[in-house]
Amino acid sequence: MFKFPIKSIFLTLTLAFFIGMTAVFAEPETKKEGGEEKFNAGELIIDHISDSHDWHIAGDLHVPLPIILYVEGSGLKLFSSSNLEQGKAIYEGYTLRENHIVAVSADGKINEEATAKIWDISITKNTASILMIAFLMCWIFISVAKAYTRNKDMAPKGMQSLVEPLILFVRDDVAIPSIGEKKYAKYMPYLLTIFFFVLLTNLLGLIPFIPGGSNVTGNIAVTMTLAIFTFIITTISGNKHYWRHIIAMPGVPSWVLFLLTPIEILGVFLRPFVLMIRLFANILAGHIIALSFFCLIFIFAEMSKGVGYSVSIVSVAFTVFMGMLELLVAFLQAYVFTLLSAIYFGAAVEEAHHPPHADNEQQTIV
Amino acid sequence: MDLVKPAIGLIFWMTLSFGIVLFILGKFAWKPILKALKDREGSIQDALDTAKKTKLEMAALKADNEKLLNQARAERDLMLKEARDTKDAIIAEAKTKATAEANKLLKSAREAINTEKNAAISELKSQVAKLSVEVAEKILRHELANDDKQKQLMENLLKDVNLN
Repeated sequence: MFKFPIKSIFLTLTLAFFIGMTAVFAEPETKKEGGEEKFNAGELIIDHISDSHDWHIAGDLHVPLPIILYVEGSGLKLFSSSNLEQGKAIYEGYTLRENHIVAVSADGKINEEATAKIWDISITKNTASILMIAFLMCWIFISVAKAYTRNKDMAPKGMQSLVEPLILFVRDDVAIPSIGEKKYAKYMPYLLTIFFFVLLTNLLGLIPFIPGGSNVTGNIAVTMTLAIFTFIITTISGNKHYWRHIIAMPGVPSWVLFLLTPIEILGVFLRPFVLMIRLFANILAGHIIALSFFCLIFIFAEMSKGVGYSVSIVSVAFTVFMGMLELLVAFLQAYVFTLLSAIYFGAAVEEAHHPPHADNEQQTIV
Repeated sequence: MDLVKPAIGLIFWMTLSFGIVLFILGKFAWKPILKALKDREGSIQDALDTAKKTKLEMAALKADNEKLLNQARAERDLMLKEARDTKDAIIAEAKTKATAEANKLLKSAREAINTEKNAAISELKSQVAKLSVEVAEKILRHELANDDKQKQLMENLLKDVNLN
């Protein structure tokens, strides 16, 4: 049984944050030394928040990740990203341009036709993070489950006591009020998985160096996949009552339905869409703001070293504040995503004969 | 913009890994955890219910005890009262008996005294009569000692007799 109190997690995160600062500090300087290029804040930020084919640690140090390509006509190709040297080298006719795998012809020009045939399913930085979180979650929760079966009817301890309040929170404050006492149990596994997945990836994103540093929940592909899961489950669970309310809201004059039904149908798709955008934008914005404060240091340092040093104090203070805020946002967004998913499921399985105003409430939450 | 263009590879891996995690955790983690939590809540509820029931039972038992005690107390009081009554009755009876006996004794004593008194009176009477006769005899003897006196008496007696 491993002990993992919340205090030490918080401490680790805070510590990691400060260590991470130094990593970001170190990087632009090496760039400058490399070729006296001008500091480009936008480029640095985009580089930090985008997915990439290798895991940047500091300076020229990169952890190579496997590149997997499915090329129409010639099948799967698998090689290490170290072969591409961040786009500086060409390997078997492939190289990297702005984080995308492209096919190049012998003269170094991009072969558009061949590039269109590439399906890039590489293990990118985000994929690696997702796999890591997946393993971490399986490990944590299966060991917790074992602890539950072993210490039957006993007070929780260790990891158990850390996750139990969260599990109970998801069950008692998210699932049961939104879905109802009768039907919530069916959705609990999904809600718990999504809650802990979003929470852990959010927290991992706060750690600025390996194994963190990836911007998983601030990536639209990730939030889209999560939103699609919610959408599919909502659609499958939708009962007669749910569809009837979408297609022809009872008790509404028919001429209003001409307006209402398209809105309702749009709403069905809008809800997961907004779910996707909310998580994506919140996490991404947090990362961008935190990084922007760092970039301020180097922007000012380019003017004069002294200004750079003095700005750095303010910047670090602001970044620490942002870090605290991001910690809150990490929990908040995990909660919001789970809560909204639960509310959508609740609307889908809701039975008829309920107070008429309950509908209006759900309509407003989009 | 690359940022808002979902990458197909990431979607693929995300779907795959999230689906697998969902399946594995649903089967091996959430199910036992939620069940254990529910069981524990059930057992806690049971324990609370049992405690409540025991409390009620204790209260009932206490009330029962109180009732029994009261009953015993009442019984004791009744017994004491009965004993007192019996005592009083016995004393009263004894008293009446004693009075009756005393009266009887008194009566018989009175009767005996009466008898004795009557006997004494009759004795006294006979004595007095005898004495009177003796006295009279003596007086007569004394009176009629000489002839003159006898004669005088005869004369007195004859004087009273009217010879018609």
